[in-house]
Amino acid sequence: MIDIQRIKFGYKDNSPKVFEDFSLRLEQNNVYGLLGENGTGKSTLLYLLMGLLRPCEGQITVDGTNVSCRKRQTLQQMYIVPEEFDLPAMRFTEYVETYRPFYPAFSDDVLHRCVEEFKLPQDVKLNTLSMGNKKKALMSFALATNVHYLFMDEPTNGLDVPSKKQFRKVIATTMTEKRTLIIATHQLHDVESLLDHVLILQGSQLLLNASVTELCKKYTFDIRSNDALTDDVLYSERTPQGNATLSFRQPDDEETPLNLELLFNAAHKISLTANFPD
Amino acid sequence: MIYQNERAIYVKIADRVCDDILSGKYQEDERVPSVRELAAEYEVNTNTVLRTFDILQRDEIIYQKRGIGVFVSSGARHKIRIARKQEFRKHELPEFLRRLRLLGLTIDDVVKAWEETQDSKG
Repeated sequence: MIDIQRIKFGYKDNSPKVFEDFSLRLEQNNVYGLLGENGTGKSTLLYLLMGLLRPCEGQITVDGTNVSCRKRQTLQQMYIVPEEFDLPAMRFTEYVETYRPFYPAFSDDVLHRCVEEFKLPQDVKLNTLSMGNKKKALMSFALATNVHYLFMDEPTNGLDVPSKKQFRKVIATTMTEKRTLIIATHQLHDVESLLDHVLILQGSQLLLNASVTELCKKYTFDIRSNDALTDDVLYSERTPQGNATLSFRQPDDEETPLNLELLFNAAHKISLTANFPD
Repeated sequence: MIYQNERAIYVKIADRVCDDILSGKYQEDERVPSVRELAAEYEVNTNTVLRTFDILQRDEIIYQKRGIGVFVSSGARHKIRIARKQEFRKHELPEFLRRLRLLGLTIDDVVKAWEETQDSKG
């Protein structure tokens, strides 16, 4: 479990703080969607979780150990796929042989499944690959490390249309009960179906922290005509199909699938947070 | 009016599994794909598929054999057909009849179309 306890963090002493009195718990066997407008601290939070950045106040513990200590037993259970990165001038197999010793739970089976699903080119040096293929290579390695804490920053940026589908398949099949997966992204449609839990950051705080199951129990997402915009509607947007609507779900109504984009926009306009005591 | 009221993803996947049981893709007392395999097929997280299995098990469409996998219950096809007929009578048929009246069509038009399609099949 990751426990973020009342952290404060800013890049410079006199600049506005990215996080202030910020607390959050992240549980295993969950895929978290980390959302937020530009500059709300999504990547910063991932770096803090990895121990790459250190909070000025408060602390972050992973399975009870402070990540700022960068202990071996913590680091061998964590991996981050950043949004942008360079890879060295070596073939994928060399890369794997070089870096796998850091990860005791490394799985050849997962590696093969990923390489096959992504149709990763094997015989070229990694630094000559396109951005999309670099992403697929690093993601394959990341998943194969079998770490308990896996963080991905904008994983679908640079991926072509079929690769996004492959990405979802790979994530779905390699997820384990021990794993906490955090996906920071703006590409809501790419990840919508994968998420167990939604986190939205805004202004050094959490705007929303709720499981998809809770959200779908509590709210109905549907498309309505103007005359059906009744009192139970909390938020709506005009679309060519009609008004995309978020409303309180009535107890007898069937559940509807989460509309993540609508939820995201609604959360910035009205308070949904208050409904979810943690 | 509410134009579009989609069903929850885990319910939709349950429908697809039922389709595959009806079509004979999964035979009674044979194994259905694992949680992981279905999660990959529909690109959803495994917890969603677990909810699908929960409702299918509740409706006795599938059953678990511990450590072996998930199997289609005997009589599952019959149960699905009954449930779907009820569903049709409750939701689709009233809507169909409403549309007939709205468009000024009669039941004779339906009977005629029914017979024509029967002929073309035979």
